[in-house]
Amino acid sequence: MTFFNFIVYVVIGVSAVLSYFVLANWAHDYLVGKFSKKNLQDSIFRPWIFMAPALIILLVYLIYPVSETIRLSFFDNYGREFTGVSNYVWAMNDSDFRQSILNNFLWLIVVPTTCTFLGLTIATLADRVWWGVFAKTLIFMPMAISFVGASVIWKFVYEYRGAGNDQIGILNAIIVYFGGDPHAWIAIPFWNNFFLMVIMIWIQTGLAMVIFSAALRAIPEETLEAARIDGASEVRIFFYIIIPFLSETIVVIWTTITILVLKVFDIVLAMTNGQWGTEVLANLMFDWMFRGGGDSGRGSTIALFIMLGVIPIMIWNLRRFKMEQER
Amino acid sequence: MSEIVIKNLNKYYGKNHVIQDVSLNIDSQSFTVLVGPSGCGKSTILRMIAGLERINSGTISIDENIVNDLSPKDRNIAMVFQSYALYPHMTVYNNMAFGLKIEKLTKDEIDSRVYDAAKILQIEELLQRKPKQLSGGQRQRVAIGRAITRKPKVFLFDEPLSNLDAALRVQMRVELAKLHDQLDATMVYVTHDQTEAMTMADKIVVLDQGKISQSGSPLDLYHNPKNLFVGGFIGSPKMNFIKTKILKKSSQSISIDLLGQKSFILKKASTNLKTGDEVTLGIRPEHLKVSKDLKNSWKGKVFVVEKLGSGTFLYLEKEGEPLVVETDGDSKIKVGDTINVAFDQNKCHLFNSNKGLI
Repeated sequence: MTFFNFIVYVVIGVSAVLSYFVLANWAHDYLVGKFSKKNLQDSIFRPWIFMAPALIILLVYLIYPVSETIRLSFFDNYGREFTGVSNYVWAMNDSDFRQSILNNFLWLIVVPTTCTFLGLTIATLADRVWWGVFAKTLIFMPMAISFVGASVIWKFVYEYRGAGNDQIGILNAIIVYFGGDPHAWIAIPFWNNFFLMVIMIWIQTGLAMVIFSAALRAIPEETLEAARIDGASEVRIFFYIIIPFLSETIVVIWTTITILVLKVFDIVLAMTNGQWGTEVLANLMFDWMFRGGGDSGRGSTIALFIMLGVIPIMIWNLRRFKMEQER
Repeated sequence: MSEIVIKNLNKYYGKNHVIQDVSLNIDSQSFTVLVGPSGCGKSTILRMIAGLERINSGTISIDENIVNDLSPKDRNIAMVFQSYALYPHMTVYNNMAFGLKIEKLTKDEIDSRVYDAAKILQIEELLQRKPKQLSGGQRQRVAIGRAITRKPKVFLFDEPLSNLDAALRVQMRVELAKLHDQLDATMVYVTHDQTEAMTMADKIVVLDQGKISQSGSPLDLYHNPKNLFVGGFIGSPKMNFIKTKILKKSSQSISIDLLGQKSFILKKASTNLKTGDEVTLGIRPEHLKVSKDLKNSWKGKVFVVEKLGSGTFLYLEKEGEPLVVETDGDSKIKVGDTINVAFDQNKCHLFNSNKGLI
């Protein structure tokens, strides 16, 4: 029955959209034809009819939330009383917030760079060995796992049991096997950030690798042969011919992962919930917004800081996109 | 003196024997063209000379050194590719200087070599541009320039003109020939276009299915094709082939059946032919004459007339492929006319059933 309902809804939805375009277009032609002598093809209203649904969706789901978040950031925890910049003053003085900014920077520096580097290296090397396809499949696999799922897996990897007990975490098990002492890895301040980053690198390297593999295939073989005849060594070809060929791909991958990293949330929530100095902005925002009664003012303020971080990269991306279009 | 000596060269791709025991001498400072239909192995041979393709057996020597195991950069060669294969992110100057920088030449030396090459190819004003901003012909010049700057002993060209339009191709053909004179270098050129081969080569090597079918000077191949394949490949439009039988053979001449109309006497006689043997008569369109002469002639109906101005090609109906006749440009012959065509006895080629020349 539910499947039947589903079909009905799809049909209703699709026909509603279709009839909007057909009817609105027809109404436009009728009205414009009646009041204007100009050619119908030149009408300035028609584009707006076709863009309207997209614009409305954009307005409701993007413009409104952003403006509302900005508004809330100047109000108290219930969003009732205007409090000026007090939320921002609080943020500047809050140690958790400062820690989050610092950690986000750390993530930003380490994760995109490592993913891009590993992805490119693996994609290049995998093409040269017969078991490359198998290796690539293995490395791509984590892409299919959600961040929370991956965190659960890695929680087992880092799992700690007191000395003398059987270690069920593989990392500690290996260390103990070779005679070392077990550690509660995710509770070691500063370094634990890197242990969390490993999870995202583990997931995102697959993406980078797959895209680089495709891009590498697109490099014409004759160009590489020309370089070989010119006397270039394989290393030189890689740095002087292949890397410039891939520069666009590198930028795309790097920015994609950078934006993802700015929004990092699930991993931190699932692994440490921001304890032991691993707090990040998204998790802090979630904390203030929805926990302990909720503080929409402070939550919104933190959300705006995340947006502030993403915007420059988005602008840069859009510009680059525009430049590519113009070429 | 031979610059490149190829001895018993073999190449397999899996079970495909693509180069079959090829031996070839390429003279120093010659312009040698490897020509043949696609898949004949001409590019593979060139790539083996360049060192881009492994050799399964046999040897290649350049300048008396066996180069089988040398990497491309140590063979003293330069190659120009069909796709130009320029480095897209480098300027024209850097494209041409890339190899020289690797050789660690001084800045002045690199400068002078690049400017010299640019001058020869008339691309001086393009040096600061990127390949993307160049036309196909200009890119090809840059690719050739990149080869020139390295001052190699041997230039290898892999169908360099195939991506250019017809007019530009003719122009570049002339320029390449000129360049060969200027540089005094050995050039090996691969093409599937027999016109390019005929116009530029000192020596043409015709390849067919991984074997050398015939090699020699352009006119030698044109006048004395050793087999049906070379006869058909060299010359445009291609040579007419007429399947026929020997009617009578004497010590001085043989007479053959000419498309059922008449017997035809050939002066050339061969000892190992018998009456009744199946043979193929080959004659080029330009050696057939529209005339009233009834000796050694054949009557046929015209079904296509191609007027080129300088000449006219008439296509005559016959069993199998049409008979093509070249006549003068102002010919009044129309489609549907029946004309009498005289065969020039001295220009007839007779091939046996194994497709070899008799």
